[in-house]
Amino acid sequence: MTTLTASGLSITRGTKRVLDSVSAEFVPGSFTVVIGPNGAGKSTLMAVLAGLLKLDAGDVTLGGVALGWIAPKTLAKRRAYLPQTPRAEWPISVERLVALGLTPQLPFFGDVAPDEAVKVRAALEACDLLALKDQAATTLSGGELARAMLARAIVGDPPLLLVDEPTAGLDPRHALDAMARLKTRVAAGRTVIAAVHDLGLALSVATRVIALRDGRVLADIAAADVDAALLKALYDVDARIVRDDAGVSVRYL
Amino acid sequence: MNGRILSFGLFAVLLAAALASLLAGRVWLTPNEVVEGLLSADATLAGLIVGELRLPRLTLAMAVGASLGLSGAVLQGLLRNPLAEAGLLGISTGAALGAVVAIYYGLTASFALATPLLGLVGGFIAAALAFALSRSGGTLALILAGAAVSSVAAAGLALALNLAPNPYAAFEITTWLLGSLADRTWDHVWLGVPFMLVGCGLLFLTAPALDALSLGETQAESLGVNMRRVRLLALTGTAMAVGAATAVTGAVGFIGLVAPHLVRPFVGYRPGRVLLPSALLGAVLLLAADVGSRLMSYNTEIKLGVITSIIGAPFFLWLVLSMRRRAP
Repeated sequence: MTTLTASGLSITRGTKRVLDSVSAEFVPGSFTVVIGPNGAGKSTLMAVLAGLLKLDAGDVTLGGVALGWIAPKTLAKRRAYLPQTPRAEWPISVERLVALGLTPQLPFFGDVAPDEAVKVRAALEACDLLALKDQAATTLSGGELARAMLARAIVGDPPLLLVDEPTAGLDPRHALDAMARLKTRVAAGRTVIAAVHDLGLALSVATRVIALRDGRVLADIAAADVDAALLKALYDVDARIVRDDAGVSVRYL
Repeated sequence: MNGRILSFGLFAVLLAAALASLLAGRVWLTPNEVVEGLLSADATLAGLIVGELRLPRLTLAMAVGASLGLSGAVLQGLLRNPLAEAGLLGISTGAALGAVVAIYYGLTASFALATPLLGLVGGFIAAALAFALSRSGGTLALILAGAAVSSVAAAGLALALNLAPNPYAAFEITTWLLGSLADRTWDHVWLGVPFMLVGCGLLFLTAPALDALSLGETQAESLGVNMRRVRLLALTGTAMAVGAATAVTGAVGFIGLVAPHLVRPFVGYRPGRVLLPSALLGAVLLLAADVGSRLMSYNTEIKLGVITSIIGAPFFLWLVLSMRRRAP
């Protein structure tokens, strides 16, 4: 099984502790959201869990092996990482952009093989992009690009998906769609970890919440247990959490 | 698919240009004369012109053009900057400075290949400096470090001109800086082309990483791309290919800048797929410019670098403007 384990993660930049002894375990089939105020270290944590940043202390293991010991290509097949507000640098077609998610699977100088073209098509379909597949990625709207990037991340069907702010800049419908797509992956037994700002959305879909403030884990609890007291401690705001059939909404007072 | 047709087409054009370059010049030859001259055992005029003058010149033109076009494509893909080329990282200026030092100290008198050899050394030092200065940072650090190295090398060139021991040395330096393929011999070919071949090989190795870099550096790294390795490959490759190119021909601008832009739309803007056609087009452009320089010259030869700049600069401006109209 591919359990991601973080133990005692610490990173110091200058005099600031960006991450301070963060430990957590992520099992397959779990949907964890990381919440916290700006500058809490969410993005740093996501990059560290993806194995892209050097740690000052602690380690991250995937299936019992430290990320640093896994060959970059192997790691790339097993986990996908989407940074905050990803950008396409050249006007390549949406189809090509999605196919780039298969980079670790591709032979050197080879093109996408037929069975991989099927995967690309499936990912395009899952993210509602078939109509846009020949459009240049640089001409997409924010919501379309976010969908394309998500398709890029899931095209190789990695067991572990790390997404930093998948709903930033998206309108409500696209934000809900994005979350629904992540949820589908969790239902299929994959691990999803997402840093999210929209609390209502986060609490509606996630199974577990990690609350981060000043680089420390303030709470690591089931999503259903998040209460107003935690939000007060986290954001210094008074809030009321309403849970009903339609999901969760958070009202700030 | 499109890219393959483009590469075949460019290859055919390259062959045609190569043939033209063997025939054209102050003495016009017919294809028959060329073949007979090369095959006959005794030295004929045509045989001498082709074997000793035009063939080495043709070989160098193709190798230099391909090196410039390829390194431009790799650097634009690596830095994701449409203005990137070897000059931006100070490698061609460094090579030029090395060569000028050789001319300045009159080393050519004692050893004919001193100029290209020191040019190579200069290119390597510039690349190593740019790489060392940008060690900790990313792409932007590399561009800034390259700009700094380039400025220092340019200052060195100015100083060499300023301190030139006699007007003749100053003249020799400026002439060399204009870039030319005239009077290059097989010695230049043997010295420069192996470096260019190895350099181009290293540059081609970056292709898959350049594709992944369309998603930005973080995502490329998450896809298993080792950014340090790619940067090292691109810089070493450019130092070898363009360093050697500049060392044998002098500074030839705009080919590295223009060639990738011209072929990019035909390969769906995929940075890895731009490399081969860009190298081929670079060779075609340089060959065409060289034939042009031979045909236009009556009393004074118009230098290769002058031709590429005179045609290249306005063309580049037009290219940028038309691109802005197409894609905002």
